[in-house]
Amino acid sequence: MKFLRNLLDKLEKPFQKGQPLEKLYPVYEMHDTILYTPGQVTEGSTHVRDALDLKRMMITVVIALIPCICMAFYNTGYQANLAIASYGAKPLAIWQTQVYQLLGFKPGMMSFWAHVVYGGLFFLPVLITTFAVGGIIEVSNAIIRKHEVNEGFLVTGFLLPLTLPPTIPLWQVALGTAFGVLIGKEIFGGTGKNILNPALTGRAFLFFAYPAQISGDKPWIAADFVASKFTSTLPDAVSGATWLGKAATNKAALASHGFGSPAWWDAFLGFVPGSMGETSVLACLIGAFILIYMQIGSWRTMAGVVLGTFTMTALLSGGSSDTNPMFAVPFYWHVVLGGWAFGTVFMATDPVSSAFTDMGRWVYGFLIGVMVILVRVVNPAYPEGMMLAILFMNMFAPFIDHFVVQANIKRRLERNAAV
Amino acid sequence: MEAYLSLAVKSIFIENMALAFFLGMCSFLAVSKKVETSIGLGAAVIFVLAICTPLTNLVYVYLLKEGALAWLSPGLAKTDLSFLAFLTFIGIIAAAVQVVEMAIEKYAPSLYSALGVFLPLIAVNCAILGAALFMVERDYNFAESTIYGIGSGIGWALAIVALAAIREKMRYSDVPRGLRGLGITFMITGLMAIGFMAFAGIQL
Repeated sequence: MKFLRNLLDKLEKPFQKGQPLEKLYPVYEMHDTILYTPGQVTEGSTHVRDALDLKRMMITVVIALIPCICMAFYNTGYQANLAIASYGAKPLAIWQTQVYQLLGFKPGMMSFWAHVVYGGLFFLPVLITTFAVGGIIEVSNAIIRKHEVNEGFLVTGFLLPLTLPPTIPLWQVALGTAFGVLIGKEIFGGTGKNILNPALTGRAFLFFAYPAQISGDKPWIAADFVASKFTSTLPDAVSGATWLGKAATNKAALASHGFGSPAWWDAFLGFVPGSMGETSVLACLIGAFILIYMQIGSWRTMAGVVLGTFTMTALLSGGSSDTNPMFAVPFYWHVVLGGWAFGTVFMATDPVSSAFTDMGRWVYGFLIGVMVILVRVVNPAYPEGMMLAILFMNMFAPFIDHFVVQANIKRRLERNAAV
Repeated sequence: MEAYLSLAVKSIFIENMALAFFLGMCSFLAVSKKVETSIGLGAAVIFVLAICTPLTNLVYVYLLKEGALAWLSPGLAKTDLSFLAFLTFIGIIAAAVQVVEMAIEKYAPSLYSALGVFLPLIAVNCAILGAALFMVERDYNFAESTIYGIGSGIGWALAIVALAAIREKMRYSDVPRGLRGLGITFMITGLMAIGFMAFAGIQL
């Protein structure tokens, strides 16, 4: 390890002030501080020292994301192979399938490694594109704006691919990343200074700009149902639609599957079609446990979302209507479907764009829960509402904080006036 | 009753004056630097919209609409004065704002001083004229236009207070020099509109 430190110290020379590579200092600093704790400390008498800096914090989030990333590898391949093996879908005629076959696997093979390899061939390019595009923007901004390269992007770079469908074109991934990082974060001055979650901003951009590739029935399974002759005879359960899409059109879709039924367990464990990393509630729960235990994510926000979702489903289940079957979807289904768990654990708790005060976090989380059910049930335009609910509440987080702080000031003034 | 409730929800969220129609942008962008003042302006807009929309509705239905003058004499049953709508509405709004201003100054001087210059400024806020014109386009009756006026006022106030809170938080941001001030505010408004698209498509 000594060797590494010496190497870094030697490399630092040309990046220092007045040296030829002065402008590229953020690039050096990024590599230095990701390997070692920064050596500089604040000068002056007061200085709080804490091992938890931004980098450690963001790395913890990435560690918490690992179960979801594993699921992205496995489930993406599993869904594609299952569709090909059991339901007569054709493999997509794209380079991923060719590489997959070159490696000696057959589409429709039902083995663990086949799933992981096939899934990886879809997930990895998206991930690499995100990091390449986002990394270039982040580093060039750091150089131009003279701030450090922040690990905030590391988290964004993992979050965004996990929320995308497997079949999304890579140029759209690049565009979404660029929008999320630039407009969502960099124009505000970088990590910690933005108001909206950058990953969700990027996804929302793609969602509204290219709805065909990110919503509807088609994109969620990386297999071609259209080319197959059996499309019309496909059982309703596997037409490629997500459960949310099915529940919105067919009242019987969820009614026959109660709490603890095999279909519910599939949704809980994540073996359902959907965005690559969001399907598994179990993986998100492991992530939630890590985030709460390490005190990185706010349990108040998460509890607030659960409470809000529960309240809203309880309220709406009373007003069931014949035309809209979503009213009848029970609470235990809402929490395992779509991006609810992923959004609750990783998106809503984003420390930058969520509320800052403890009380504010309860309100903020609760309103996200209310909004997500409102969008899912009442709004026929979008079957999934987690992304929009969180973005919407991101906007109101400073508003909530403001009133919590004002109420605190008022209470303290009164208390002091009484004394 | 349910119809009025859904009209209120529609005017506050789904068809938010500021973030779905981008009306009233001038004061929305200019007076959103601090939460306190934006609350004052928001309250004043709610107040004026709640008075002007039903007032313009009465004027339109009983004076301007085709055949509206029939109550004066049967000979006027075919008269159509709706081409005067713009002119009349602007006049009514300006007059109503003046009357409201005087009334507030007389009966609630503390509120008057809190609202300050924003009250007369509302006369040129296009959200007010917008509400009156939407009222004509959608054939609202008197009760509906009252609800619609109050609802779109609340929606506009909500949007401006949220924007002001964001801009107060932005003290900690480091915006590129060229974007500081109005530039970044325009972009935030756009991002907020994306958030409000969560409601787009709700049928009530």
